[in-house]
Amino acid sequence: MAILRVEGVVSGYGAMEVLHGLSLEVEEGHIVSLIGPNGAGKTTLLRTIFGVLKPWKGKVYFKGKDISGFPPERLVRMGMAYIPQEYNIFPSLTVQENLEMGAFVREDDWRPRLEEVYELFPDLSGRRNSRAGELSGGMRQMLAIGRALMLNPELLLLDEPSTGLAPFLVDAILERIKDLNSQGVTIFMVEQNAYKALQVSDRAYVLEGGEKRAEGSAREMLEDKEIGRLYLGR
Amino acid sequence: MEIEGILSFLASFAVMASIYAIFSLGLNVHWGYTGLLNYGIAGFFAIGAYTSALITTPKPTGVLADYVDQAIGLNQPFLVGVLGAAIASGLLAIPIGLLTLRLRESYLAICTVGLAECIRLFFQNEVWLANGPEGLVGLPQPLHELVPPKYYHYLYLGIVLVFLALIYFALERGIRSPWGRVLRAIREDEVMASADGKDVFLFKLQSLVLGAVIMGIGGALYAHYSAAIQPGIFTGLFGTFIIWAMLTLGGTGNNKGAILGAFLVWALWSWSTYIVGKVVPAGFETRAPFVRFILIGLVLVIVLLRRPRGIIGEEKYVSKF
Amino acid sequence: MPELIVYGLVLGSIIALGTIGFTLSTKIADFCNYSHGDLMTVGAYIALLVSGTLLSGSGFLQGRIGPFSFGWGLLLSFLPAILVTAGLAILIDRLVYRPLRRLGAPSIHFDMVSLGIAFALRGVIYVIWGADYHFYFSGVRPMIYLPWGIKLRTDEIFIMAVAWALVALTYVFLGRTKVGKALRATADNPDLARVAGISTERMLTWCWGIVGALCAVSGILYGIETQLRPEMGWIFLLPLFAALVLGSIGSITGALVGGLVLGIAQQVSTAWMKPTYKPAVAFLVMILTLIFRPEGIFGRRR
Repeated sequence: MAILRVEGVVSGYGAMEVLHGLSLEVEEGHIVSLIGPNGAGKTTLLRTIFGVLKPWKGKVYFKGKDISGFPPERLVRMGMAYIPQEYNIFPSLTVQENLEMGAFVREDDWRPRLEEVYELFPDLSGRRNSRAGELSGGMRQMLAIGRALMLNPELLLLDEPSTGLAPFLVDAILERIKDLNSQGVTIFMVEQNAYKALQVSDRAYVLEGGEKRAEGSAREMLEDKEIGRLYLGR
Repeated sequence: MEIEGILSFLASFAVMASIYAIFSLGLNVHWGYTGLLNYGIAGFFAIGAYTSALITTPKPTGVLADYVDQAIGLNQPFLVGVLGAAIASGLLAIPIGLLTLRLRESYLAICTVGLAECIRLFFQNEVWLANGPEGLVGLPQPLHELVPPKYYHYLYLGIVLVFLALIYFALERGIRSPWGRVLRAIREDEVMASADGKDVFLFKLQSLVLGAVIMGIGGALYAHYSAAIQPGIFTGLFGTFIIWAMLTLGGTGNNKGAILGAFLVWALWSWSTYIVGKVVPAGFETRAPFVRFILIGLVLVIVLLRRPRGIIGEEKYVSKF
Repeated sequence: MPELIVYGLVLGSIIALGTIGFTLSTKIADFCNYSHGDLMTVGAYIALLVSGTLLSGSGFLQGRIGPFSFGWGLLLSFLPAILVTAGLAILIDRLVYRPLRRLGAPSIHFDMVSLGIAFALRGVIYVIWGADYHFYFSGVRPMIYLPWGIKLRTDEIFIMAVAWALVALTYVFLGRTKVGKALRATADNPDLARVAGISTERMLTWCWGIVGALCAVSGILYGIETQLRPEMGWIFLLPLFAALVLGSIGSITGALVGGLVLGIAQQVSTAWMKPTYKPAVAFLVMILTLIFRPEGIFGRRR
């Protein structure tokens, strides 16, 4: 079942149209990557799905329901979480407080979940009372993901999780993402590092100039010479 | 009221409205053209008024010196006073600009507020300079010997309109000149303008000085019309805020709008007291003028909510170049 | 000199309370609220209305409490003043600022609108109470005598106690409660707060409610310390701005420190300057901060 379906979405900023009628879907339980050059509209798509931007045309479906234009406040309660690429933590709050804010909309006891997140990211556990702004890049990224996980999301939207990270950290983050997925979280990921992204994904889409250029299983894409040349730098 | 009374009232109304139109044009240079938040118009107003007053009156001698403290009295003609006012006001803008133009625009706003307040305090407390809270009276009214006093409004109106026209046309030419184009570019996108090699700071400073000069002239014109000034006149409401309401209502970025707004808001100001005075119950008459606070405040709020461009809105300037 | 510093602490405590609210609204609502001072004035005058007019019948309420100058009437009027001012601040947000947000207006328009609201509020005060000075109480103000020849009014002990209690309360609220942390989060990174599901509108309602409450209390305290007049809040704006800039926008501790420094600087300056120049001293502090350390004491250079 497609947990996320995007149909003919047109979206943009102000008068500038960025997405020109995009359709794609994400199967439940998959890791799906969105790759493509800078400025293709990848972040715009995530923001349109998550309600930060309203779609000008087209629809977005989550778990079969039409959620087009729903604000983030509603979507987090429905089981979706979004991790922006930049400024994705609260720098003057502590690590612990960042995670608590992640659980803000939860009405139940989130403390067990907090411990689970600390288990997933043990480095954070040792720095619970440090100010988030003082963390290194890798830890910040882990905190950003941890914050989103506090909601126990079914679908996680990730915008370039490897931004600014050293290669071994990128591998570590992608490992974590795989772990999450094996626990049942569906992942929809925009990633600049297309090659590594495809290696952990089930399916992938290529976005360029606001339009879908290619789609298929990740393995197909990795073996496709054309795609390799255009988008993977191989 | 007979015709003569009405005409006289209209003339004095038009004088004040025109003086305020000049201030409004000055603010348009600051805010409309360059995006500078000047909340201290009252400061330039005061400097202009006091400078002209001190230049055009003689130093008190004899018996008068017992009642009036005045440090400078040059006893020069009216036009020298106006010139002095313009120069003083422009000079004041320079240190202000140096201090604040490199900061975020909201800091410029706060600093101009503080500055206007400091200027007012200065004139109020330094009694030796300009007679402190009692202020200066008997300021010369130019050409008053030409007409009987009751017709003086019309004469002064003529004088003010000449200044208004000169300033208006100078600004209209200026905004279409290459200098004006750079100013507009800065307001649109400062980063791009500076990438173009233009020294943004210098242009902003020039704009600040130009607007200040215009406001100084307005201050001088006010002083010689009312023939008396005290520090208490140059308050936030009367000296700054009302002008913001005028420009915002008339049309930010548009010189015609500035003038229109001045006349409309001044009409509201002067006639609201009259109307409220008729309506209000006995015992409350002293408070009727304060209704103006509420009205002017509401004007600004409503315009910004409903029609932030103002009545006329910004003109699209086409340069000759 | 020690006397002046103590007076400075009293005044500074009041300024600090006002600045805390000011820094919150500046950071969370993202504009400079020029009507902050006039909200203080509203709070002070509501207390005057309640204690002076509405409760003036009962003799018991008018008598002085213990060593202080005021009676139970004034104490009881704190709560109504807080509720009215907080309610007014929230109402203004709903009627004026929210439509502006919907229009996507630039931050500057909010500044300008708040200036209009400042004058409108002041006009209402002028019309209802007139331009004369008012006082919460009359008669001699009891003093106590401290070491080093410092004379302090008993009321000033009360003022400091209340101010500091509220500062502590604010710290606890922001640091320990869920809403408080959400407010800090919204101030820190408004976009991420929204992404996390924190409703910006609800945070703003809380923000304005708190600001209104703090304004009411600081207004009343200022009225106890000096007197009530319609311009009282507007005049307070310069020291508030100076404390805000000095303490760094968004920092509660900074607001506290900034307020105290401004209070002390203003009082100490009277040793060699006329007291009427106190606003000029505030202005000087602000200018110096902007020149030498524009990000404030607790700020970070961006």
